[in-house]
Amino acid sequence: MSIATTTLTDWKLRAGQSQGLLIAVAVFVAMFTLYITNHPAGLTVPVVTTAANKAVLLALVAMAQTLPVLTGGLDLSVGMIFVMTNCLASAIVGGEPWQVALGIVGVLLAGALAGFVNGAIVVYGRLQPIITTLATGAIYYGFALLIRPVPGGNVDGDLADFMTYTVFGETVPTSLLALLAAVLIIWLPFRHSVIGRGCYAIGSAEGAAYMSGVAIGRSKLAAYTLSGLLAGLAGLMLTFVTYSGEASAPIGGTYTLNSIAAVVIGGTSLYGGAGGAIGSIFGAFILRTIDDLLFVFDLPPLWQPLFQGVVLLGAVSLGAARVFRVKNRLELFN
Amino acid sequence: MTDQPTIESPFWQMQGITKRYGGVLALDDVDFTCQRGEIHAVLGENGAGKSTLIKITAGVVAPSAGRLVLEGRDIAFAGPQEADKAGIVCIFQELSLMPDLSVADNICMTAPPGRFGFINPRAQRRRAEALLARVGCADVNPLEQVKNLSLSRRQMVEIAKALGRNPRLLILDEATSALTAGDVEKVYGILRDLRRDGLAILYISHRMHEIAELADTCSVFRNGRHIETFEKGARSDNEIVRLMIGREYTQVYPPKPQREAPPAPALAIKNLSWSNRLNDVSLTVGKGEIVGLGGLDGQGQRELLLALFGVLRGVSGRVEIDGRPARIASPGAAKSERVRMALIPEDRKSEGLLLPMSVRDNIAMASIGRFTTKGLLGGLFIDRARQDAKVDDVIKRLAIKCGDPDSPVGTLSGGNQQKVVIAKWLMTEARVILLNAPTRGIDVGTKQEIYQLLRELADAGTAILFYTTDYDELIGCCDRVSIMYDGAILRELAGDAINEEQIVASALNIDFRPLPAEPEPGSPPCLEARA
Amino acid sequence: MQALLKRVDKPVVIAFGFIVVLLLAGSLYSSSFLSANYLLQQLQVAAFLGLIASGVMLVILLGHIDLSIPWLVTVGGMMSTAAAGWWGPEWAIPFGVFCGLVFGIINGLGVAILRVPSMIFTLGINAVAQGVMVLHTGGFAPQDSATPLMRWLAVDRLVLGIPNAVFIWALLGIAIVVILKRTPLGRYIYAIGNREGATYLSGVNTRLIIVCCFAISGMCSALAGVLLAGYSSKGYQAMGDPYLLPAIAAVVLGGTHILGGRGTYLGTVAGVVLISLLASILSVMQMPEAGRQIIYGGVIVGMLLVYGRGQRVLG
Repeated sequence: MSIATTTLTDWKLRAGQSQGLLIAVAVFVAMFTLYITNHPAGLTVPVVTTAANKAVLLALVAMAQTLPVLTGGLDLSVGMIFVMTNCLASAIVGGEPWQVALGIVGVLLAGALAGFVNGAIVVYGRLQPIITTLATGAIYYGFALLIRPVPGGNVDGDLADFMTYTVFGETVPTSLLALLAAVLIIWLPFRHSVIGRGCYAIGSAEGAAYMSGVAIGRSKLAAYTLSGLLAGLAGLMLTFVTYSGEASAPIGGTYTLNSIAAVVIGGTSLYGGAGGAIGSIFGAFILRTIDDLLFVFDLPPLWQPLFQGVVLLGAVSLGAARVFRVKNRLELFN
Repeated sequence: MTDQPTIESPFWQMQGITKRYGGVLALDDVDFTCQRGEIHAVLGENGAGKSTLIKITAGVVAPSAGRLVLEGRDIAFAGPQEADKAGIVCIFQELSLMPDLSVADNICMTAPPGRFGFINPRAQRRRAEALLARVGCADVNPLEQVKNLSLSRRQMVEIAKALGRNPRLLILDEATSALTAGDVEKVYGILRDLRRDGLAILYISHRMHEIAELADTCSVFRNGRHIETFEKGARSDNEIVRLMIGREYTQVYPPKPQREAPPAPALAIKNLSWSNRLNDVSLTVGKGEIVGLGGLDGQGQRELLLALFGVLRGVSGRVEIDGRPARIASPGAAKSERVRMALIPEDRKSEGLLLPMSVRDNIAMASIGRFTTKGLLGGLFIDRARQDAKVDDVIKRLAIKCGDPDSPVGTLSGGNQQKVVIAKWLMTEARVILLNAPTRGIDVGTKQEIYQLLRELADAGTAILFYTTDYDELIGCCDRVSIMYDGAILRELAGDAINEEQIVASALNIDFRPLPAEPEPGSPPCLEARA
Repeated sequence: MQALLKRVDKPVVIAFGFIVVLLLAGSLYSSSFLSANYLLQQLQVAAFLGLIASGVMLVILLGHIDLSIPWLVTVGGMMSTAAAGWWGPEWAIPFGVFCGLVFGIINGLGVAILRVPSMIFTLGINAVAQGVMVLHTGGFAPQDSATPLMRWLAVDRLVLGIPNAVFIWALLGIAIVVILKRTPLGRYIYAIGNREGATYLSGVNTRLIIVCCFAISGMCSALAGVLLAGYSSKGYQAMGDPYLLPAIAAVVLGGTHILGGRGTYLGTVAGVVLISLLASILSVMQMPEAGRQIIYGGVIVGMLLVYGRGQRVLG
């Protein structure tokens, strides 16, 4: 076999395996174009930065959700870690530059610690992720309330302005760069590390992974900790966007729900073993653009929650199309 | 006191090894040695201790007592990783592959090439390609997801993976059960090469002809004790089986009835097709007949049984029960009064049983509807007493060894578990019974009981269609044998035509012409493919 | 006695034990804690949670989960009061429960036929139910009020001072116990929770059973909403939100395995009482919301860790 044909078959194989991701990207591009062309102001800096900021928040939480899902688990507390780190940031990210830097580190560490606790209970306590994170979510929400019983607080104004605006001569929203940094510094190294691949292995067949020498405990712990870290980063970004902290249960719940939807739309299987954070990012972008489209097409506000709900339901049910193609019903049961 | 390793000292030694699981003695004071450069077969019924032996050798469990000696030095493994580092690699019956990951990822899972905790994808791919070539599967793309490969290919990937760990002692536990004939030959070749290179090889299989082909030494285990070790050819098949089951058995199969006229058809299959796996299959099973489905693995036998039972969608063709056409669109419909069909599925653990539920609940699962209360709220509640009485009856009839029938079925041995699956369907008084490899992984004693039961059911009028890859069973049990090839019935054999040569030849889709010299009795048939 | 003890799950025993501990702790804090009146009041509040937990227990036994509880409760509350306004008071309760039934069936169809994972499908239905309610109320707080019957069922006490709501819970509980222990449906529910594929191959119509259980769960949530509306004399937005975590926690703390196939109703009762007691003690202590949430979550995790192998990941 010549090198050329090998590479061609390889690319065809990879394309086939990344179908979910490619579809998500295509859908997003189509929807965003639709949005921009119908927006009264069009492709201008304020429009794009606002869209980017909101999208990046969900994208980061969706990335956070992806990691435990890959191992076949779930994190129902990501929204609450997001809210908790937002409140924490509104308290400690301020003052002298060194204080700001320390504050940022503190916020990220808090997120990672929350994730680590989740992972530790799942790995060492041997409890199911669903019920574990449902309970720890309440705990993190409690901490958020402790820090911010009422909405308020502050954050370093200059930094917040910088992070929520653009760079490179008003062309690239900074938040997108932050997202890119998260992908380059956290996701890609994880993906290509032994621990990361271990997570995929665990999600695919945990028993087989154990027999193959995968360090189950360490991999899961890493997944949940990094998840907390990403949720913390999202919380930090939220503080930059809103200039304050708010312990809001509805916001936490909404972000958790939307992160799961983003993960599914982006092509990651809820059973684990397949998919990735990049798909989840585009899943998040799609969800955000839907919201924006509703606004642009002047859908009466009363109809919006219903529409969002139906679209969400439809999007996650799309995967159900395979049910009608399956010819051996035994394959429907895992 | 440890010995100095000498050239003659065995590679792996177990001295006085005992293993207890709670109150059960899995291994009882076992002495066992394994030399370099030989293929050592381990034989024994289910429950004989073979898998415990393997697990201790592979470091998965630790012995309760005794000494393990590797190359003359005492050793204890804290886990499978340590055994792996010592060069002991095991290929288990249940594959250790991750279906969603690529072939390359799977092959290099244990010790991936790369530095600082990262994986080098190019190096990984090269290693995978080299190993795939070594097992004769160079046509498999290392980037392909394992779940898209056939079962036989997956097993070959498993073997490639094992070779990649540079084994010094290789253990194969029923590793050829899923392979096509061609791949089996490749594996024989690989094992012979490894033996020549000085590896020690432990080979567990229930297939006598494989053992006869490969093994240099055989060890027989029974009830957790090491019974005997002998050189190749020192004992006949009958003697080996006697060692395994500890009693004389002369007659394996119950006698088949003589029939003058062909019986009335209970199940008539006409032009059944499905996807590209079943092509225009037509077959009849008469009342009281046992018809066997033969042929190589993966020729559509499994799909035929599933199609009959209503599990597959998009099946075309006709099925008639007792002469009347029947539409079977689901297992529920197959179970209905009009049809009364039963299926003993392929994998009892995941398809036939609910392991944490009790033996009684499992046996009653398909027939609960028959045990509802009569009277006012008839049909609403379960009449527990009546159900338990019937269930206990069936347990006695099939001689299921289960202690407390309310204990979970997962605690039973493999043979008894299979009996529970069969019991479940006996409760439905089925008129057609389909069986998918019912004796796979079952000990000899239980197998005999199952053959006896099938013949009893047939004599009482049940029609039985039964798929097995063991041609001894086809010859011994079946009144007629239909060989499948490529999704269609290739040949039907009846009466004296049901013999080893015809079955194997049909399975390979060739014409058999007997060799000029008379083959020696007891040795496997020599077959040359003349396409 | 020995045989009886063997039949009761360890988690159930621990749950009841913890209830006793809570009662003692509460009595230390306030002398009126162990009074009959206060305890009956606790049971009354627990009854609402109990109704919801009963329905979701069936779904969890199947190996699924119902995250649409919050807004199905609200649907029950709001639709019942609305129906009273549109057609008359006798339509209130039936219509409220009927709406829960409809959503429950949709949940079941999505999970059983489309085979969308129940977690995500019920989350989506939750969002859709919210959307429908927002549309219905026009974004304002609903103006309809509860019927006298609803109020009577939720608040009044007919016999021996025992709240009517508790009777309703008891009736539902008896029905569920009978279903689980004495009917084929119950047996099939446990079987599907253990392994749906093997149950299907035994000729059982697993899809129908899944739809049934989600339908029951939807009705239970809606019924709870109806009674809650009766208690507060009207329905209100997001009235079901505080019930999701407690309902699932009650079922799991009662010994039902989150992956399905194992669990008893007695355990669920214990879990419901436990959670309700915990919530009321925390409010008696005037613990701020922050502390309540932390203790809530901590108790759930703590108790599950104590339960041991029964709840843990197998293999």
